Amino acid sequence: MKAQLAIIGGGPAGLAAAIAAHEAGVRDILILERDRECGGILNQCIHNGFGLHYFGEELTGPEYAGRFIDMLKDTSVRVLSDTMALDLTPERVIHTVNTAEGYMQIEAGAVILAMGCRERTRGAISIPGTRAAGIFTAGAAQRYVNIEGYMVGKRVVVLGSGDIGLIMSRRLTLEGAEVLACVELMPYSSGLTRNIVQCLEDFGIPLYLSHTVTDIRGKNRVEGVTVSRVDENRRPIPGTEMIFDCDTLLLSVGLIPENELSKQAGIILDPRTNGPEVYENMECSIPGIFACGNVVQVHDLVDFVSEEAQLAGRSAAEFLQKGSKPAGRLITLTGGSDVSYTLPQKIRFDAMPDRIKLSFRVRRSFGESKIILRAGDAILASFKRSHMAPGEMERVTLPKKLLNEVSGNEIILEVKEA
Amino acid sequence: MKEIICIVCPNGCRLQVDEAADYAVSGHKCPRGKTYGREELTNPVRTLTSTVRIEGAAYPRLPVKTDHPIPKAKISAVMAQLDAILARSPVKRGDIIAENIADSGANLVACRDL
Repeated sequence: MKAQLAIIGGGPAGLAAAIAAHEAGVRDILILERDRECGGILNQCIHNGFGLHYFGEELTGPEYAGRFIDMLKDTSVRVLSDTMALDLTPERVIHTVNTAEGYMQIEAGAVILAMGCRERTRGAISIPGTRAAGIFTAGAAQRYVNIEGYMVGKRVVVLGSGDIGLIMSRRLTLEGAEVLACVELMPYSSGLTRNIVQCLEDFGIPLYLSHTVTDIRGKNRVEGVTVSRVDENRRPIPGTEMIFDCDTLLLSVGLIPENELSKQAGIILDPRTNGPEVYENMECSIPGIFACGNVVQVHDLVDFVSEEAQLAGRSAAEFLQKGSKPAGRLITLTGGSDVSYTLPQKIRFDAMPDRIKLSFRVRRSFGESKIILRAGDAILASFKRSHMAPGEMERVTLPKKLLNEVSGNEIILEVKEA
Repeated sequence: MKEIICIVCPNGCRLQVDEAADYAVSGHKCPRGKTYGREELTNPVRTLTSTVRIEGAAYPRLPVKTDHPIPKAKISAVMAQLDAILARSPVKRGDIIAENIADSGANLVACRDL
């Protein structure tokens, strides 16, 4: 099979990329989706808060996905659902399998990677204790409760205060479970502040910062967990143990961009994001392969996924219509010591539009502070913030004209207390 | 003076609400924050999202929400009524599943086509 543009993943990133590429004039677009319908993780995120930036109103996850799925109906975009992409070659051949057509090779003129991310599991954080039933990642529990209609437990401890953990604390409480505690290893929550308020504080669920689960008890089913305070090196402090009698432990301990296909294709990944290194137009290190959404960087807000995906969709269209961008002057963007990553990693000056968005995360919480863009000793721009936290992605706009006067080819993004 | 965090949008503005000055709000970035700050201290409301059973669909649960925010005190009453509801496929996004649920003043609407 052939396709002008093949998009791997029909979640929010793949949907927005497909619509943007279609608007830019590409007609032969194929979305490969491994689930039975598009929408991705939004279908199980039944809470609201989606779409405030993009649609200017507050939607639930299924509603946000539904709007994009509806937009797709008026286009020539084809969706191959229940289809798994097994391999991707640098020549943009995708090997797929599904039950209807079996094994297929799809030769694509351009490819957009929109595979999203997956949850870290108990194995990834090595919690001691028994291997009893009743230990779920928060997202798996979310699917059981919200889509399949199974309750996961009655007395629950949540490890990790990422957004999914917070949302599930509320969800399980509403469904009649008792959520005994939300336990966070770090001295701050990685979730959005609003979720701490409306998911924990609204229901009187205690949040234990600088604590972790140090033991799981139970033979067949979880019977309890031990929670200990940790020191500044995140090591449990003996003597601080608290015992919770619970039947369920939810893990919300981070997300990992799903890049097996990117690796198979030989795309360069950034160890800081665990996603592909991208240029200013979301193109990866292999020409004609673009990436967007959580496969590139784990986002907090789907609205920004859609925006990033539209850029990838338009860029893929431009690649198909005009060919590769001229290499020309290449500028790298890196972060200072309190910045965990910056995106895009590389900027092709000649191909850069009048302005581009830079995104990054800070490593620790900041109060009144400044974001500084620097080239050597020259300060290009600075932006004020009243508050920054690791759980909230930051974005700034970089106008091209600022780079005209810069002689070097490295920009550093720093954050400082004001 | 009370300090609260605005939950209207993911910005999470830190609001100062002065109960002594007719609930005057400061620290908000948008007008919705001003309204939220005042309401949170006088009549706190939340949009409730949950699921109900559905028959004849690909999945057994239909996501639903109240079509506008309801008083926090009404949340458990609405949740209790959801157990008795059985929707039948096909349902369209936005369809009203139950009117004025638990006298909350809000309708329960479907969040997806199913």
